[in-house]
Amino acid sequence: MDKLKIKTEKLNAWFYDKQVLFDIDMNVYENKVTAIIGPSGCGKSTFIRNFNRMHETVPGAKADGKIILDGKDIFNKKYDAVDLRRDVGMVFQKPTPFPTMTVYDNVAAGIKLYSRNSHSKLDEIVERSLRQAALWDEVRDVLNQPGMSLSGGQQQRLCIARALAIQPKVILLDEPCSALDPISTAKIEELIHELKKDYTIVMVTHNMQQAARVADYTAFFLLGEMVEFDITTKIFTNPSDKRTEDYITGRFG
Amino acid sequence: MKNKGDVWFKRITFLFASSIPFLLFILVFILLQKSLPAIVEFGPGFVFGTVWDPLADKFSALPFIYGTMISSLIALAIAVPLGMGCAIYLSEVSQSKFKEYIAVMVELLAAIPSVVYGLWGIFVLGPWLVKIIPGMTYGTCMLTGGVILAIMILPTITAISREVFQAVPYNLRESAMALGATKWECFKLAIFGPATSGIIGAIILGLGRALGETMAVTMVIGNRPKISASLFAPAYTLASVIANEFAEATSDLNLSALIELALILLVITILINGVARLLVWKTTLKYNPR
Repeated sequence: MDKLKIKTEKLNAWFYDKQVLFDIDMNVYENKVTAIIGPSGCGKSTFIRNFNRMHETVPGAKADGKIILDGKDIFNKKYDAVDLRRDVGMVFQKPTPFPTMTVYDNVAAGIKLYSRNSHSKLDEIVERSLRQAALWDEVRDVLNQPGMSLSGGQQQRLCIARALAIQPKVILLDEPCSALDPISTAKIEELIHELKKDYTIVMVTHNMQQAARVADYTAFFLLGEMVEFDITTKIFTNPSDKRTEDYITGRFG
Repeated sequence: MKNKGDVWFKRITFLFASSIPFLLFILVFILLQKSLPAIVEFGPGFVFGTVWDPLADKFSALPFIYGTMISSLIALAIAVPLGMGCAIYLSEVSQSKFKEYIAVMVELLAAIPSVVYGLWGIFVLGPWLVKIIPGMTYGTCMLTGGVILAIMILPTITAISREVFQAVPYNLRESAMALGATKWECFKLAIFGPATSGIIGAIILGLGRALGETMAVTMVIGNRPKISASLFAPAYTLASVIANEFAEATSDLNLSALIELALILLVITILINGVARLLVWKTTLKYNPR
């Protein structure tokens, strides 16, 4: 049986008066990839943005319910959002390297916030993170170039390396490939496969084939509700809900 | 076949648009023409001389250039930290409604007529500075002028820096926050870098305003054409001397010298605005979302 990493209990979320998530109960398992699929506006991004409490940084946004990470409720007042984000890293839809920083500094940006490291230790962490993000061989000679000078796909892997550098337990990927071409997408999917050995991954994706290819578990969201959550193969071959079946067979969405 | 109305529309709007470079050209041309006697008489020495004596028909610009520069630098030294702090609060820190009121008040500060600032400077700020600063004996001096200018350029610096911060894409802030950055770290990491040249632009635009400001400074700076190392001594700026002496210029050479001062002021402000444009343009080009 897979080990439970995150559990949500009756998670609700709002933007001002508009409720966007309704009583979501879902499990995320350790060292597995969990994909969230569903049409635009179904609340899937809002859902994972609660896992590192990025949701609450937007004006008018609030949430209630529980999200239990390793036995601790992250909405607890004692759990500092800054600490939480160290445990739960995130990569966004568009690649967002810090524009004035070099490749090296981008990767080191997060670690520098937490601890002072010697140059050699920092070099080591940067190299390790870039290797984990399958980018080292492509950028080892351009570490002092601006992060923005890389291609879109490389920039996205740079952002993954930046998230990995602080060694989080969980990595959230919010449609990480939607701004990338098919070749870069394939590279990132391959990478996700590698990363789940060391990390727990939750990803939002628009692309059902992508969920089928990389995810162990898949949740289908519709209009702010979780319609179905199961092992990916089950969702795609024998869904128990009619709405899931309609969605994956392309009848809407 | 073109619509007749459109042809006229184009002609008329072209006329309006071309009137602006034409006006600028006329302005510079007239200034040059009228200052020619002074330029011929004093040569480049005009810029570096320190004597301004209308009775002896001896004129030079350095005391005024000095007064303009130093009062503007005092203004920057005060307004830059203040305006920057205010802009950071408004753009990055506050999420309360309170910040909207502050933003409106900052804009109001820009709407106050400069003569009102001047009056306030003479009757309130000057005496008050004399009271709190040991060694300061006159309310009308370089320091008071600089402080008044600081208040007057504060809205420019605040509003533009705020805009520059807000032009930094939101997803950069989110990336920094997602790394576990606090608000301050987020500012250092994601915002300050991309905003640097825009901030320089804001500062230089503030400087441009300070250099050209006339009324309020004239009322509080003391109007004495002497270079003094003390900030508590009266001074004189380019804009002030033109405003004060233009109506009473006794000789043609005096008039011409005043106009040459105007020309110097124009050149300084045009140069500074040009640099600001370039820097602001560079930031928006480089860091706006592709």
